[in-house]
Amino acid sequence: MSNDAEVLAEVQPIIDGDQFQNKTIFGFWVYLMTDLVLFASLFATFAVLHNNTAGGPGGAELFKLPYVLIETILLLTSSFSAGLGQLAARRRDKTQVLIWFGITFVLGAAFLGLELHEFSNLAAEGHSWARSGFLSAFFTLVGTHGAHIASGLIWMALLLVRVAQKGVTPRMIKRLSLLSLFWHMLDVVWIFIFTIVYLLGVL
Amino acid sequence: MSTPAHASTKPYIIGFVLSLLLTTEAYILTTSHSFATGTIIIIVLVLAIVQLLVQLFFFLHLDRMAKTPWNILMFVFMAFTVSLVIFASLWIMKNLDYGHTHPAEQTSQYLKNNEDL
Repeated sequence: MSNDAEVLAEVQPIIDGDQFQNKTIFGFWVYLMTDLVLFASLFATFAVLHNNTAGGPGGAELFKLPYVLIETILLLTSSFSAGLGQLAARRRDKTQVLIWFGITFVLGAAFLGLELHEFSNLAAEGHSWARSGFLSAFFTLVGTHGAHIASGLIWMALLLVRVAQKGVTPRMIKRLSLLSLFWHMLDVVWIFIFTIVYLLGVL
Repeated sequence: MSTPAHASTKPYIIGFVLSLLLTTEAYILTTSHSFATGTIIIIVLVLAIVQLLVQLFFFLHLDRMAKTPWNILMFVFMAFTVSLVIFASLWIMKNLDYGHTHPAEQTSQYLKNNEDL
């Protein structure tokens, strides 16, 4: 492509580790901040409704903490591997990009699988979102996070196919940086879901 | 070959290990019931905030972001809005809840005592 040199000049700050100097990264950062405000409103809803169980079970009866701990460790490890993948992208190391983001994808998919399994178990036992205000707030908050993970996985799969085909082009460095920012942010949101919804929910 | 500081895997490894420790600590604390519930709530929330800071610095490189004012401005505005949404909602709903969950007589007594009505 003729403007490859231009793109390379544009992504140079990312390669140098000053990714926030890049305008696209800044625009994505603004999106991430507004996304956190969305999560804040869902957390506030959950905090207000967490005792409104309408005579149904609360968190202490429903949540299996060891199960959620495994989910947490999977997601945390995937955030770590996404970070290493981003470093590999800056080195333009195709093999390592595919390995680290491949690991991230597998861990993220495992996390999502566990979450969907938990959701379907709850629904099958009659504890769906329709049961109580508490469960509505729970499914909305955790489900919104899960939907973000799902879209991140689709994004990651598409980028990995492109990297496999074309290698780590300057455009790819930028896209992979955006993806790893997104992924780290989802891990940060999960810390609070794990703590506020699950840990404090069973106390 | 020496790697430049910004391309080092070290911050990621430190961040990962610290996050793992903080997560398991919060988990053990909650499941062991070794303290009063109130104490556990406070410690677990503090551990979550520490982990937030760990990940912001080691994974999201907030220190390097601090060099670009617009990013910091967005971050501070987000933090302000998030705290407003959460704490103001809880505050309002707590008052509203009081009005709904007690008999009308008790509510008017409360208002008489506390709000000079």
